[in-house]
Amino acid sequence: MGKWTRRAFISAGVLTSGVVIFGVAVRPGNRADKVRDLIAKDDESVFNVWVKIAPDNTVTAILPHAEMGQGVHTTLAMMLAEELDADWDRLEVAEAPADKEYANYALGKGFVLGDADVPAFLIDTIDGVFLTIMQAMDMQITGGSSSVPMTGQQGMRVAGAATRAVLLEAAAKSWNVPVAELSASKSQVRHEKSARTAPYSEFAQQAAALSLPPKPRLKTPDEFTLLGTDVQRIDIPAKVNGSAMFGLDATPPGMKYATVKASPVFGTNVQSVNEASIQAMPGIRKVINLGDAVAVVADGYWQAKQALDRLEVKFEENGNETVEQSEIYHQFATDMDAATANNDEIADLEIGDARNALAGADTVIEAEYRVPYLAHAAMEPMNCTAWVHDDICEIWTGTQNPLGFAAEVANALEMDLENVHLNNAYLGGGFGRRAFPDYTIQAAKIAAEVAYPVKLIWSREEDMRHDHYRQASVSRFTAGLDGDGKTTAWINQYVDKYDPVEAPYPPYDIDNQYIHYAESGTHVPWGFWRSVDHSLHAFFTESFIDEVAIAAGEDPYQYRHNMLAGQPRIQKVLDLAAEKSNWDQPLPENWGRGIAVHKSFGTIVAQVVEVEVVAGKVFPRRVTCAVDAGFAMHPDGMKAQMESGIIYGLTAALYSDISIRHGAVAQSNFHDYEMLRMNESPEIETYIINSGEKIGGAGEPGTPAIAPALVNAIYNATRKRIRELPVKMHDLTLDDLESKDVA
Amino acid sequence: MIKLNVNGKIHDVEVDPSTPLLWVIREQLGLTGTKFGCGISQCGACTVHLNGTPIRSCVTPVQAAVDQLITTIEGVKTYDDELHPVQQAWIDEQVPQCGYCQSGQIMSAIALLDSNPSPTDVDIDNAMSGNICRCGTYPRIRRGIKRAALAIEASGENEESING
Repeated sequence: MGKWTRRAFISAGVLTSGVVIFGVAVRPGNRADKVRDLIAKDDESVFNVWVKIAPDNTVTAILPHAEMGQGVHTTLAMMLAEELDADWDRLEVAEAPADKEYANYALGKGFVLGDADVPAFLIDTIDGVFLTIMQAMDMQITGGSSSVPMTGQQGMRVAGAATRAVLLEAAAKSWNVPVAELSASKSQVRHEKSARTAPYSEFAQQAAALSLPPKPRLKTPDEFTLLGTDVQRIDIPAKVNGSAMFGLDATPPGMKYATVKASPVFGTNVQSVNEASIQAMPGIRKVINLGDAVAVVADGYWQAKQALDRLEVKFEENGNETVEQSEIYHQFATDMDAATANNDEIADLEIGDARNALAGADTVIEAEYRVPYLAHAAMEPMNCTAWVHDDICEIWTGTQNPLGFAAEVANALEMDLENVHLNNAYLGGGFGRRAFPDYTIQAAKIAAEVAYPVKLIWSREEDMRHDHYRQASVSRFTAGLDGDGKTTAWINQYVDKYDPVEAPYPPYDIDNQYIHYAESGTHVPWGFWRSVDHSLHAFFTESFIDEVAIAAGEDPYQYRHNMLAGQPRIQKVLDLAAEKSNWDQPLPENWGRGIAVHKSFGTIVAQVVEVEVVAGKVFPRRVTCAVDAGFAMHPDGMKAQMESGIIYGLTAALYSDISIRHGAVAQSNFHDYEMLRMNESPEIETYIINSGEKIGGAGEPGTPAIAPALVNAIYNATRKRIRELPVKMHDLTLDDLESKDVA
Repeated sequence: MIKLNVNGKIHDVEVDPSTPLLWVIREQLGLTGTKFGCGISQCGACTVHLNGTPIRSCVTPVQAAVDQLITTIEGVKTYDDELHPVQQAWIDEQVPQCGYCQSGQIMSAIALLDSNPSPTDVDIDNAMSGNICRCGTYPRIRRGIKRAALAIEASGENEESING
């Protein structure tokens, strides 16, 4: 964890306003071999500011991450305030501007040092190329559940502790007392012997002149007074009275509105636009051909939308117009078969000799699973306001990657990066979607064509049909069991691997494993979707182990428990979920209970779902969730993220299905891409384990295990094994009738 | 020229009478607390009150709101400018996550409690299932409504005891 913080460089400065700033930066000439080659110049340093102390003793935490509902502003501010002994009630928070100096280098650093579970958010948006480390350090990305484990642990806490240390050192000099006799709390320095107390601001300027300790001592959890408590979230008051500013709410003077239509079939360009078709419509300012999309600019969104709906646009054809979802699944199967037939399998994980072990197995179990494409469907449709004037481009939007977006705009408009001023707003949901800059580039290109600010708003239909989708996939399993029912061989083949690497690996003690995949590209654009590959592989592996347990004649919880002897931390989380769910208690008729456990982004989550199946419809009634993220910095925030991940995952498992028809997305809005609603929302209980292990993330780990826990519960209730999502496509009513007929 | 009564203020707006109320509220009146989510009355992000009844402003032509009392999230504070008990309950239960749908959720919850001061779980399901929350704050919304109901009941009792 501390690999780079020990080499970190901490510095301070006084602004003309009297505000003192302390920060952490990566020091050039880092001794890590991989870094030395990648940092361009020996005298170059990346400066990163985290904390300000104003003359009135107000402490401001400057946070390089976007708030998209995960509570990250609160948690990161708590991490700084804890180490700084700052007065929480007077702490202010500011999101760092999209500026290179606020680059989220922790992410890049962890990547280079192989130090952490760094997510694939490192794949930059710039020209779609994978980043070098210097580019990585230019990023300021929120994703991969990395904010607290990386920025928080390695940035905020170190900055807070170092700043506290120099403040105390300055106070000791000023009062001429040993620093060891000083204590600090609520942004005040205290000297007990002389009964003196003074605010931090009194020493801030002197402190800024001192050399900051590069390796400040961090508190141990038993010393925490703020971390681990349930403070109220900073962003919530503005979110109950309509004053919170989202991207959609930006209102620069003289603004007009635009909306766009891209080719329904991905990857084709506009062939022709008949502007005469909307000539008579009111309020229309301009029709702009963006190459792969058409934009209408009008005095209001409604006018733009009405006109766009009527505008005659033809798109070129690229051969994908005939692609159907069934053909995509057929292609997957063909490519999987071909990989095996042609000795072309791409090995993912090999432990022992799975084929040999299978040959000697007493029982062989096989199953094939399938998942569809998924859209993010954030509540706030994609939107961006842009204004090109006086050789600059101002952007107002909600993004998980402000620096990357600014760079994309600079690239698109052929401007210098420093002339792109991006103002990040609250995100009306991110889930990975707002890491892709397409909507921001469109807005900038539109703004470049007119003399006033333009707010581009995508309709919900455009948002649904031009997302970057979680991949559809197929996964095939073969397991071999010995005479005692123990799994001795695990063979798994699936389609297309993205990230994180470990997503398909089962946590269980299985001596022989062979996991491999086949590549099978489609024209459907891919995107990070809450928990990325974990979202499908947890469904695959945790459904299949359930089938194996049942085939072995064992209780699905006990079977998992017994195979986790080598993973005591995971076993403990599983056990807690089972215990709190009253796993052994009988349920009413038509109810079922299912369990699953999965580790992702450094955090272990086990969930037990209870379902009731009423006339073929599945109602998840209760979810018991156990989570170990090492230490929950903000326990209520952790619980909120578990609740959120569970409902997001239940929605996908029960309903979500993006399917391709004639090369385009068939679904368009919430009537055909349905959401879990209040009347279907289960009771959720979350139990937190603070194991003291390395800190994991919170935003994504609640999602992966819920789909398998759900289908395992449905099996328990109906004896029907669902191997393809979403659940809604399966007729559970018929099975009820059949079982009654048999009876 | 169309006359609208929004949050107790009269506004004259120059707009096509078929324009959905949502866009008039946001673009002409500059009240951005009411959100756009789907445009087809499926998600509830645009919920406002028309004479106290929750409506989806994204499918309500502005002409249907003429001479009616329109209330948006900006107008739900009590007369002494305190938070509405539902807003306070939302803070106490730490309901919002991304927050985008919450104006609509709060408008639906206030309308529910105005007509039904002590709703059952089924009443809450019926009143709130038109409002989607992608962050999955439903369990907290349910708790928030129950907490607000208790707070409203308690304040009513206080008033009675003062009056009595």
